[in-house]
Amino acid sequence: MKRIVYREWRIPPSRYWSLLALLAAVIGIAGLSTLYVEHHGHWVTGMNNSVVWGMPHVFAVFLIIAASGALNIASIGTVFGRTVYKPLGRLSGLLAAGLLVGGLLILVLDLGRPDRLIVAMTTYNFSSIFAWNIFLYTGFLAVVIAYLWSMADRKGWPYNYSIGSFAMVWRLALTTGTGSIFGFLVGRDAYDTAILALLFVAMSLAYGLAIYLLVLMFSFNEDQRPLGEVMLKRLKNLLALFIMVMLYVVLVYHLTKLYGAKYNDIEHFILLGGGVYTLMFWFGWIIIGSIAPLVLLYHPDYSQDRNWIATACGLTIAGGFAAMYVVIIGSQAFPINMFPGKTIVAFGAMTEGNLIASYLPSLPELLLGIGGVAVALFITAVGVRVLQFLPESLADNVIDPHYKAS
Amino acid sequence: MAVTTPHFKFTGIAVCILAFFSQILFSQPTLAADRIGEYVVPSSRAAQVKQCVEPADHMRRYHMELIQHQRDATVRHGIRSTKYSLSNCISCHTGHTAAGAPIAINATGQFCNACHAAAAVTLNCFDCHATIPSGEGWNHEVAQQLLLLPPVSEGAE
Amino acid sequence: MTYASHSHSSPDAIDTPDSIDAVDTDRRQFLHYAAAGVATVALGGGAVLTTLTATAEPRTTPVTSTHRWGMLIDTTKCAAGCDACVTACERENGLNLQQSPTDDAADWADQQSAWIRKVTLRDNLTGQVTQLPLMCQHCAEPPCVDVCPTGASFKRADGIVMVDRHTCIGCRYCMMACPYQARSFVHQPVAQKLTQVPRGKGCVESCNLCVSRRDDDRQTSTACADACAASGQGAIVFGDLNDPNSPLHQALAQVNSRQIRQELNLNTGVRYAGL
Repeated sequence: MKRIVYREWRIPPSRYWSLLALLAAVIGIAGLSTLYVEHHGHWVTGMNNSVVWGMPHVFAVFLIIAASGALNIASIGTVFGRTVYKPLGRLSGLLAAGLLVGGLLILVLDLGRPDRLIVAMTTYNFSSIFAWNIFLYTGFLAVVIAYLWSMADRKGWPYNYSIGSFAMVWRLALTTGTGSIFGFLVGRDAYDTAILALLFVAMSLAYGLAIYLLVLMFSFNEDQRPLGEVMLKRLKNLLALFIMVMLYVVLVYHLTKLYGAKYNDIEHFILLGGGVYTLMFWFGWIIIGSIAPLVLLYHPDYSQDRNWIATACGLTIAGGFAAMYVVIIGSQAFPINMFPGKTIVAFGAMTEGNLIASYLPSLPELLLGIGGVAVALFITAVGVRVLQFLPESLADNVIDPHYKAS
Repeated sequence: MAVTTPHFKFTGIAVCILAFFSQILFSQPTLAADRIGEYVVPSSRAAQVKQCVEPADHMRRYHMELIQHQRDATVRHGIRSTKYSLSNCISCHTGHTAAGAPIAINATGQFCNACHAAAAVTLNCFDCHATIPSGEGWNHEVAQQLLLLPPVSEGAE
Repeated sequence: MTYASHSHSSPDAIDTPDSIDAVDTDRRQFLHYAAAGVATVALGGGAVLTTLTATAEPRTTPVTSTHRWGMLIDTTKCAAGCDACVTACERENGLNLQQSPTDDAADWADQQSAWIRKVTLRDNLTGQVTQLPLMCQHCAEPPCVDVCPTGASFKRADGIVMVDRHTCIGCRYCMMACPYQARSFVHQPVAQKLTQVPRGKGCVESCNLCVSRRDDDRQTSTACADACAASGQGAIVFGDLNDPNSPLHQALAQVNSRQIRQELNLNTGVRYAGL
């Protein structure tokens, strides 16, 4: 195995600056739409008193769990001692930090009073899992920065294993905490189960890796750096494994809910009669987002083709958004089961046959979400350009100690 | 066109910042003391009262702390004694049109706005709080009683 | 005259006279004003005296857990087609001043603030129809208070669950957590509001059992209970759950009542009979 050399991303300036300009433009538009929403109030969004968390939260939660998933690659190298993964560690840390900042920005900018961020940072209610998450998120950034230092600086190297292990525990706590934001809600039938924390951990593994793979393939391709078959095969097999783990937890989640008669209504809604949410679940999350990538990743021919691997990653990510849409919005759209054994004929302004809360994402909230993605990519793009995050080569003979030229 | 070297640019900025802070540190207290009396709107009840709930100097400097303390006492503990209540500030300091209609206290030139605009301090009380006495309720009864209170004079001692 | 009232002292004030420092420190000043007030009464004669007897008694000491405010709603008395409680609540809290910022009536229906909702139910087996008003249930163990990251959602010592709009950041997690969908988010700038009910864009709000009435000794009821009684139904009894002699306590002792979502064991302050 050769020594791994890390180099700044050296794509032509014109191309680099156009990429940054494009991302900056998307971020700028997101900023404008945030100002628009904050000026007029949330009535310009699709959110209402029934569906209180909408598109921004779909994007934010997706990015936050993907952040901890992206850090997983570094953990595999550091904590589990897989040397093949070690060259991937630096990008893993950078991407994790970028995704988290993007997700947090969306959350903060969607607040009813974003001007009171200082209140959120100084006044805490420690019985709130949300308050704990504020620490988990900011702490995650600090841990990732320390982790990157231990990977990149000779002086940090002795601490690499301990920091890496700590980072892995932290990222598990973070995803568990994020899942618990929903899992601890006893009032809503779709939530109120600790398995949501596990589901979020499983989703983070799959979505974090899918994003990581796409960024890795794109950045290497742009800079004409060699990315060997061995590495790619390992990563795509890992992605397939993570998708299967996620499918398994989804299965257990729904079996748990289906078992109790109490949850029959919400299960019927999500799995059969929920219209757009049922479609999102089966077509978006399961078929497009899980089965199709699995088929591509294991297909004897397609799995050898980089374009198809990239497609599988893209589908997984699309499935991730569909998953968030179902988990976050679908669960709110269904009326709270307050009166078992009775049918609600009228509930304030809502009447029978019309009790499913309507939610139609508006353009500004969609733009805000996309802006968060752009922030994550912007941070990554700047990072790899100015610092040595990317290895010169991930060719087979570089990464694999047992490689024999055929 | 003259070329400014980075060094000179830095000095220029530093001078500007210094000037700004010295303005805040040295000039503002006297400025405020001289001019602030003008901010009490003649058509408000406050104009007829000799003194606010505390001496004017104290109010100028600490009104935000007084209001904030009362705010927490009121919201968290239900204490509605009115000495430092914002609704009383408003009922006393609201200006009126010639026809007697109240003018929003944060409108341009009115009591809160005039001083806060001059001091360039944003206030967000009125994101939520009514800017004129409005509705029914005991705070208005209290305000009514306040109306009957004569200006504090030596004779009352 | 306000300050004059302090010299009379409400019973509460005798218990803990100096519990909240800055509000009570300037007793001298109070007496000063009191002297001025009394002088006015002496000089002013009859008209002013009448005002004095009707003096409002704003609370001067912190609320305690001596009282726990609550309600009993008898659904058998709640009439179909009657929305007196909803209208009264809106008038009391300035919610009737809300103006739709949008032309889409369907959107606005679920975006405007509703502190109390009229709910109609039909039993799946028997077809029996039940009417009831649903508002914040003022849980003893409120999920909204547990989840609020800043502590803006809080429970007052006398059991009222409410939002401190000064520290609410508008994250809406409490709305996710509320099992009764009782909370509303202010989706639009609020042009008109009442002095006693400050409300504005970007914060969450809900029924607070007419909290400014609770801090006034002369008030014994809520707007919704008053309106329900005035409309002849009398389905809502408001009172002190802790006081064995209160009408509420006695009413609860006489009928079978339950909590909505009793299985969550939140110990709600609002109880329902005939449900």
